[in-house]
Amino acid sequence: MIETTPLAKTIDARGLSCPLPIVKTALGIRELSSGQLIEVLATDPGSTKDFEAWSKTTGHALVESSVDGKVFRYVLRKK
Amino acid sequence: MDDTLSLVLFSGTDDKLNAAAVLTAGAAALGRPVHLFLQYWALDAFRADRIAADHGLAAEAGAAGEAAVKALAAAGQAPWHETMRQAKELGGVEIQACTLSMDLLHITEADLDPLVDGVEGVTAFWLAAGEGQVVFI
Repeated sequence: MIETTPLAKTIDARGLSCPLPIVKTALGIRELSSGQLIEVLATDPGSTKDFEAWSKTTGHALVESSVDGKVFRYVLRKK
Repeated sequence: MDDTLSLVLFSGTDDKLNAAAVLTAGAAALGRPVHLFLQYWALDAFRADRIAADHGLAAEAGAAGEAAVKALAAAGQAPWHETMRQAKELGGVEIQACTLSMDLLHITEADLDPLVDGVEGVTAFWLAAGEGQVVFI
């Protein structure tokens, strides 16, 4: 299924090292309502596993995880 | 299950304080309560007038390790006290100073950075740790 819901917020965590991409996302997702989407851009190579683990623990679904060159992109849906 | 994570911070070098800040922020992002107990040289690093100073590195870092740490800082890695501040912003993070170490260093609560929530003895620390994990750094 193609995700068509618009993004409610983007977190630019490029250049930030572990665990700040997750910390910024955890703070940013609080401002959203249930079901809204948050996009995160990161360059920390460990962030893929971190976002998978964080999604699993918090229940915010990781609906997209991709990489373009050195930039990782994640989209999560607030629980 | 008690998911409280208790970290005892003993070392006051920037590398160990950064490791502690990263562990704290990661646990806080997962919603785990984190309780920090500051002893000895770690407590000294939390003095308001020194928190942003250069606290050096552990001996095992060596010259190559020091160069690597400096390169990360130059690339924009947040200092440990900034990561700690972000962790506290997430909530569930409490930082307590050890009373014995306060006496040792001849400091009062007024000398400490506002990141520190209060002062407690070791008995209060163990009581707060409950059945959760305890890590010593």
